[in-house]
Amino acid sequence: MDFILQPWPWYISGPCIAIVMFLLLYFGRTFGMSSNLRTMCAMGGAGKRVKFFDFDWRQYQWNLIVICGAFVGGYIAHNFLSNPIDIDLSEATRADLNALGFEHVGKSLLPPELFSWDAFFSLKGFLILIIGGFLVGFGTRYAGGCTSGHAITGLSSLQLPSFIAVIGFFIGGLIMIHLIYPILF
Amino acid sequence: MGKYLKFFLVGIFFGIVLVKSEAVSWYRIYEMFKFQSFHMYGIIGSAVTTGIILLLVSKQLKLKTTEGTYLRVPLKDRGLVRYILGGSIFGLGWALCGACPGPMYILVGTGVITMLVVIAAAIVGTYAYGVLRSKLPH
Repeated sequence: MDFILQPWPWYISGPCIAIVMFLLLYFGRTFGMSSNLRTMCAMGGAGKRVKFFDFDWRQYQWNLIVICGAFVGGYIAHNFLSNPIDIDLSEATRADLNALGFEHVGKSLLPPELFSWDAFFSLKGFLILIIGGFLVGFGTRYAGGCTSGHAITGLSSLQLPSFIAVIGFFIGGLIMIHLIYPILF
Repeated sequence: MGKYLKFFLVGIFFGIVLVKSEAVSWYRIYEMFKFQSFHMYGIIGSAVTTGIILLLVSKQLKLKTTEGTYLRVPLKDRGLVRYILGGSIFGLGWALCGACPGPMYILVGTGVITMLVVIAAAIVGTYAYGVLRSKLPH
């Protein structure tokens, strides 16, 4: 039990993620989380105005059930399967984040500087959440997938488009962290 | 409801794995893009390696899905621009709020309620793509 309560090492976690992908393929579906955003647009009636959302979203209900499960899994893992310990980040990361003004590095999964209610009610904090979310939603659909669809499923099936998309993920991520963060924080 | 139970259980397992691996942590994403730890690369690398093996084995065994069809992965369309541009836009957002479209829901489950704003914005972003789709290079 103690092993479960500790953070899991990468060589356990990675294969477990592959098993998630495999199970969904075995059930005749696929591992693609960003598709749910499109499904939710269609559920909301976007298909009446935009052709891209004009499809029978009911056939993708199974994927909405997956994210409901993911929500519950997050709740279980956080409340029942975790010892309250700091994230074992590298010293260099801690130093860099301290220099940017982050004070509680690794004390929780997410920095309170961005995700606390105080941050939410500040203009800058609110804009970061809105713009970040918008870019994720826009970018994943433009690229036809996210980390699950391209980086895990696409690379596992050796697809070139997914490899290109993952390069894109890194271009965007590196620009954000190395060029935009120093301006933002 | 019965036919959906297996998807719910897979989702729970997915949520637990991503929390316990810390892959849902904004700090881990930052560390990855700084190349300061092997952790995230280890997760993605071992996931892909295991995935390649599982797919090769199921192809060899001609494994059937529970739906009775052969197990196969949907093929992505050919292209370059959409993958580089769309991928980069996603990467910007991923690095900014540290959450991709799976972890968003998992993080709400861990008690980060403000993540609902990110989810709402992501839905708006997807809608915006749908509206602009015919005008974008693919």
